[in-house]
Amino acid sequence: MKMDARPPVLAAERLTVQVGRRDVCHELDFTLQAGDTLVILGRNGAGKTTLLHTLAGLRDAARGAVLLSGQPYAAWPRGHEACLRGLLAQSQPDFFSATVLETALVGRHPYLGRWDWEGPGDEAIALAALAQMGLESFAARQVPTLSGGERQRLSIAALLVQQPRLYLLDEPLAHLDLHHQVAVLDHFRSLAASGAGVAMVLHDINLTARYASHVLLLDGEGGHVIGPAAEVLTTARLSAAFGHPLRAIADGEHTLFVPV
Amino acid sequence: MAQGQAATRNTGMLSVRRRAAAVLAGLVLAALAAFAWSLSAGALPVSIDDLLTALSGAEGGMEADIIRSLRLPRAVAAFACGGLLALAGALMQVLLRNPLADPYVLGISGGAAVGALGAILAGAAAGWIDAGAFIGALGATLLVFGLAHGDGSWTQTRLLLTGVIVAAGCGAAVALMLSLAPEGRVKGMLFWLMGDASGATRPWPALALLAVGLAAALPFARELNLLARGEVTARALGVRVGRLRGLVYGLGSLLTAVAVTTVGSVGFIGLIVPHLVRLAIGNDQRLLLPAATLAGGVLLCAADTAARTVVAPIQLPVGVLTALIGVPVFLFLLARHPR
Repeated sequence: MKMDARPPVLAAERLTVQVGRRDVCHELDFTLQAGDTLVILGRNGAGKTTLLHTLAGLRDAARGAVLLSGQPYAAWPRGHEACLRGLLAQSQPDFFSATVLETALVGRHPYLGRWDWEGPGDEAIALAALAQMGLESFAARQVPTLSGGERQRLSIAALLVQQPRLYLLDEPLAHLDLHHQVAVLDHFRSLAASGAGVAMVLHDINLTARYASHVLLLDGEGGHVIGPAAEVLTTARLSAAFGHPLRAIADGEHTLFVPV
Repeated sequence: MAQGQAATRNTGMLSVRRRAAAVLAGLVLAALAAFAWSLSAGALPVSIDDLLTALSGAEGGMEADIIRSLRLPRAVAAFACGGLLALAGALMQVLLRNPLADPYVLGISGGAAVGALGAILAGAAAGWIDAGAFIGALGATLLVFGLAHGDGSWTQTRLLLTGVIVAAGCGAAVALMLSLAPEGRVKGMLFWLMGDASGATRPWPALALLAVGLAAALPFARELNLLARGEVTARALGVRVGRLRGLVYGLGSLLTAVAVTTVGSVGFIGLIVPHLVRLAIGNDQRLLLPAATLAGGVLLCAADTAARTVVAPIQLPVGVLTALIGVPVFLFLLARHPR
């Protein structure tokens, strides 16, 4: 671990998030340092997306504070927060056509003035991000002609184009085949290693065990456990959180969790 | 990443913009051609040379009088309102994220029709008919906004449904007024409903609003691109979505209200023109909004000229012509792009 003089990428202080009157989490405290990868686990409806949107500053917390690079969202100059944190939202249907390159270029929006057009520099960034997601030959294609997995990779490419310091990912592996699941997680691991912070919602416990440095487990009733991945990922905790018994199978190198 | 490859792709993106610039230039030329046709065609054909003389105001005479006081206001009104409707339609399609949205989808034309027909029924003078239409349009806008926005949330589906229901209510009120109206007033009512530029004698406010409206929308065009991709994505990229939606809703409603006040509820311009332009130059609002504005103006100006010349001396309501052209064109496009 190298020392970083900058404030933590993301911090939550006694954060309580509610949907209606139900707590998603109650008095959650954590700091996400550069290099950390936090995975949020929990059953359907536990409020993972709501929490992620709160951490992204898109939703007000019931109580407590979210600090992006040491400051609340409201303290950043309007629009500057989008240069610091990026959010991969769950995919939404597209009603209008656009090319793949145009779609990737939306990530440059926070860096452009009101009257600016994307320049060659922006385009080079977008093309590099498309190449990282294996879409370099798709630049001129229309988005509606892409498959679900290709669209998901395009959304990730648009997020990479934004070049934030904090990456918030809502189910980044949705629609992806096995090869791309691992490739995407490897890419975010390398981004974390080069100084970014990553927090993501995943459903795959075993990929979580392989890639997470920290895990936040929501029990769906307002309770949570957060800590280093190896401490949080136990059969007892996971079985309770998902409401289904799990077994751990170890081969000496990896531990795999399988439903009983 | 190889520099050479990046460079070739750059020209690819640039060529899109060059093409868009060519389309915009072509639309400006088409606008000039539409004006020339509209001013020269009619019961008294005028050559281009005489047209320029008449417009310069150097000469009096009946020819110059017809052009300056009859054909010019009508051509300007048609162009301005076509532009207003196309711009409002493009804005509404982004606001509602729905390709089937048009300027009337939120009940604005229904409200205007109730106001205008109410004024006609009461035997009011032309100025009061315009005022009735404008008040009705704004009333419907506020009603839909208030009902859909009542609890502070905002979903496109709820806005759309509220608009459709208010429009249906207005349709019933219009049918009631038509059935109660004395024989002599029904024809005027029907012409108003179908859209008609013949009575437009004061077109300049509409043209001025068109310029102001386009100038107000363009600074937000890139944000509209993000809004078209979804609310969460737009907000995560720093767009103030609530403010932007309020602006688009207010602007789209004002543009539509002035258009229907000036020429009645002309159909299909606001629906098909943005789609036609999208097929030609893509969906970048920075290019789409000005191109749709010009194309809408050209189309309505040409359609209005056709409406008063094809079966002269009978004048057709221009809204019938735009619908007769618009329906098959739109169905053709829909069949070609099944999505």
